[in-house]
Amino acid sequence: MSDLVKRSAAELADLLAAGDVSSVEVTQAHLDRIGAVDDAVHAFLQVDAEGALRTAADVDARRAKGESLAALAGVPIAVKDVVVTKGIVTTCGSKILEGWVPPYDATIVKRLKAAGLPILGKTNMDEFAMGSSTEHSAYGPTRNPWSLDCIPGGSGGGSSASVAAYEAPLAIGTDTGGSIRQPSAVTGTIGVKPTYGGASRYGLIALASSLDQAGPVTRSILDAALLHEVIAGHDPRDSTSIDAPVPPVVDAARNADLRGVRIGVVTELRGEGYQAGVEARFDDALKLLTSAGAEIVEVSCPHFVYGLATYYLILPAEASSNLAKFDAMRYGLRILPDGADAPSAEQVMAATREAGFGAEVKRRIILGTYALSSGYWDAYYGSAQKVRTLIRQDFDAAFERVDVLVSPTTPTTAFKLGAKVDDPLAMYLNDVATTPASLAGMPGLSLPSGLADEDGLPAGIQILAPAMADDRMYRVGAALESLLVDQWGGPLLDQAPELEATR
Amino acid sequence: MTTATLVSYDDAIAQFDPVLGLEVHVELNTASKMFCGCSTEFGAPPNSQVCPVCLGLPGALPVANERAIESAIRIGLALNCSIAEWCRFARKNYFYPDMPKNFQTSQYDEPIAYDGWTEVEVDGETYRIDIERAHMEEDTGKSLHVGGATGRIHGAVGSLLDYNRAGVPLIEIVTKPIEGTGAKAPEVARAYVTHLRELMAALGVSDVRMEQGSLRCDANVSLRPHGRQEYGLRTETKNVNSLRSVERALRHEICRQATLLGGGDRVTQETRHWHEDTDVTTPGRSKEQAEDYRYFPEPDLVPVAPSREWVEELRATLPEPPAQRRARLQEVWGFSDLEMRDAVGAGALPLIEATVGAGAAPQTARKWWLGELARRAKTEEIALEELAITPAQVAEVQALVDAGRLNDKLARDVIDGVFAGEGSPEEVAKARGLEVVSDDAALGAAVDQAIADNPDVADKIRAGKTAAAGALIGVVMKQLRGQADAARVRELILERLS
Amino acid sequence: MPEISRDDVAHLAKLARIDLTEAELDHLAPQLAVILESVAKVSEVADADVPPTSHAVPLSNVYRADEVRPGLTPEEALAGAPEVDQQRFAVPRILDEEA
Ligand SMILES: [Mg+2]
Ligand SMILES: [Zn+2]
Repeated sequence: MSDLVKRSAAELADLLAAGDVSSVEVTQAHLDRIGAVDDAVHAFLQVDAEGALRTAADVDARRAKGESLAALAGVPIAVKDVVVTKGIVTTCGSKILEGWVPPYDATIVKRLKAAGLPILGKTNMDEFAMGSSTEHSAYGPTRNPWSLDCIPGGSGGGSSASVAAYEAPLAIGTDTGGSIRQPSAVTGTIGVKPTYGGASRYGLIALASSLDQAGPVTRSILDAALLHEVIAGHDPRDSTSIDAPVPPVVDAARNADLRGVRIGVVTELRGEGYQAGVEARFDDALKLLTSAGAEIVEVSCPHFVYGLATYYLILPAEASSNLAKFDAMRYGLRILPDGADAPSAEQVMAATREAGFGAEVKRRIILGTYALSSGYWDAYYGSAQKVRTLIRQDFDAAFERVDVLVSPTTPTTAFKLGAKVDDPLAMYLNDVATTPASLAGMPGLSLPSGLADEDGLPAGIQILAPAMADDRMYRVGAALESLLVDQWGGPLLDQAPELEATR
Repeated sequence: MTTATLVSYDDAIAQFDPVLGLEVHVELNTASKMFCGCSTEFGAPPNSQVCPVCLGLPGALPVANERAIESAIRIGLALNCSIAEWCRFARKNYFYPDMPKNFQTSQYDEPIAYDGWTEVEVDGETYRIDIERAHMEEDTGKSLHVGGATGRIHGAVGSLLDYNRAGVPLIEIVTKPIEGTGAKAPEVARAYVTHLRELMAALGVSDVRMEQGSLRCDANVSLRPHGRQEYGLRTETKNVNSLRSVERALRHEICRQATLLGGGDRVTQETRHWHEDTDVTTPGRSKEQAEDYRYFPEPDLVPVAPSREWVEELRATLPEPPAQRRARLQEVWGFSDLEMRDAVGAGALPLIEATVGAGAAPQTARKWWLGELARRAKTEEIALEELAITPAQVAEVQALVDAGRLNDKLARDVIDGVFAGEGSPEEVAKARGLEVVSDDAALGAAVDQAIADNPDVADKIRAGKTAAAGALIGVVMKQLRGQADAARVRELILERLS
Repeated sequence: MPEISRDDVAHLAKLARIDLTEAELDHLAPQLAVILESVAKVSEVADADVPPTSHAVPLSNVYRADEVRPGLTPEEALAGAPEVDQQRFAVPRILDEEA
């Protein structure tokens, strides 16, 4: 494998700026890597070699002309298939959108293009981002580069796996209840969910509108910060986008310093249900943080234990409405019910949604329809919205006392493909630590804490900060990263098994 | 049930009191749609005013149109409503192909305006209408049904959808139950819709073209025996889209329900459709099988919290209330009650006002708009304001008449020219050579010729039968292609024959 | 355990316009009951005096100016349509009108 693909985005940006390498070379190296390993990993649903190389050549030409370019200009990126890309098939992992070519670009894609990042392709995901394993993709599962018979997390398993497998230095993920952070944790990568409203949702195929947020998936904190700066910022096309300056995340990542930082360990986000190896690595990380001058305090957030239940009411409720548009009338799949001659629009809608949606999507649509239906609204959706307030109040109280909160990102390391596919509750438990921040709109960052002793698979530590204080996660994350990398003698991913090239 | 088998309206009213509830949808005349930048221009080619937002494409997001919010508040204020300090949009979830997202972005339990009232007049009597709420929502696309019985939904083998109207801002104005109007119920309803149309026009928030669907009425009605307090089961009659239909549909529905109740049957609570052509209503979706709309706050839009300062600024922009305005104009113009009612009924007030403003006398302005021009609008089946002539041009025509340069016939010819786009009345008169001939030389010659050609008539006049002069005047007029000054011709004839 | 019968699921599927198979109904009803039991605990802590949160970050009064912006051409709009006729989206017959 070309050593270009092992480089961080920041390193590649420097090489490109210095003229030591061209964007076409860098992009081609990653396309070659995809060609070599993606049959095994299946991180990509679409690869747009032509488009990526066109952008690369354009960036090289502009650089040759001496134009001033964005920091990451020419560094290729993979984009989760939930993000709408003009002219590139976008399916959101669903049969119901098979072959759909969007006529417009998501705002974050516009920003990637404006910054000159070649888009390698679209990454695999659980259908409509419903899942924690990428097994619910209508196009087959993605595999974890650390162990091909394990899940890469979800819903953004394609993005995390593509970065972990060196198929891309950068990827875009989206996080509704943990879909960036959890896949990063189980693949030994970095994943960041910005503050809700920090990055535009315009052009993200909505799962739960009040929770969805796009963010970086990378192999270093600095890379995440650089990408964060490209995609974040106010967008007048998204009413929920925050009209304020982007927090100084790159400065924070570059000036990591833990002295005087107060770090809260959330009592409710550890203990029962958390794998021993995951907790061990978490405790090691806390020791390192203390040694570097941080002050660790225990903080209780009593309503976090209701986070998962709240999440699994609000999400299906919003999703049941967001997914109503997939009805075979204007775009996407259209299935005629067999047996009915001259079927009605209603019959065609029902037949198409039956055939076009997978089991988990149907399960959540029915659940959400129930939670919103008359007679149950108050008990379910109504109550969930109140608990959401309580969880937010827990955060506010906690951030009175500490600068950031930390917890293991996920209770376990990557599990085997198929282990939880038809056990929804077991699958939902993967999100137990990530959903509280989603419900409160707080930013969250996951970085590798090491390998669990029992299975040698990556575990992750999650750093949470107050809304629009995203820079704090980068400051603490970058410091911890350098301490850990020193301890490991190199990035954790260096310990991942070599993927053998199938081509 | 055919109209023939229904009890008469008088019999219906003799037994029952109608209770009305009116839902009026007003399409706002904003330049762009409620939640996206697409144009709201009427009559564009199909699907030429759409974008990812109003087509409900995956990933698209709404952003509220500030002018629509402003119009909603002004409408609320004009209807004496309270304006919410804080309210949200809500999703009304149901599947229907003309609605791209399969939910309508509307308002549920937090309307922007609520608890208002207004007054309408029928035959000199004033009725107070209490307003329940006025809320913001979006219009749907338009479907064209093909294959089956034309235009009808039932039997159609398919539909063709145009989303140009999808997302156009709507304000839905809902009344509280309207009771105690008795036999006048249909007229009160009509008066109310007429009143709203006038009010929206005065506010300048809507084109209020019922024929284009920018003002639509759903009419709820139930009957209860005289003296009974509790309401009967109601029906909601939809697509009642002309003032005439509001009245006729309610009359029909009252008779239909009275017939059912009188025959010991129950009224089914349902939605019914009004058929302008056949003057009947037919059942639609019945409420038993109605959808559960699963309303919830729209997470893609943030709350609307109009500052009290803004609300007061908008209150200051409200126009004079229609009733007050009518009284004032009638006073200034010296119209009789009947003349005023006709002018209002024809929606001609603004036109007459503008024509008077351009210098015409109120009565002449009224005569033009309710006479000749009303006739032309009728034959062309368009609204008065759609005629290809401006109030200023009407005033100009009248000025030419007053100056003796045109007579009534020539004035009508000039108007033809204006309609034909030949320019201003002055230009048309010049170009077509339309000018009353009044110089004695030309007239004298024509008169002498007429006398010579009609000696017997001339003799009658000489014999003192001056009434016969009319015959000779006609001959002269004919000869001068109607352009003669009739009065002067008469004088010349009498001079010569007495 | 919250009551959710097979018939309930069938009704919900109708509301959600999903033509679930008999097998799916059999499978889903008990699964949903288990999920609902685990999420029902939200009502334990949701007292009447707790204000609901519908938006993660509290914003209000976000508007756009009433300006016309270029959208899609009819060709772009119709490009993904299963069927097109007379520059319109062609769809199967519609049973009844909606409010
Ligand atoms: Mg409505
Ligand atoms: Zn639009």
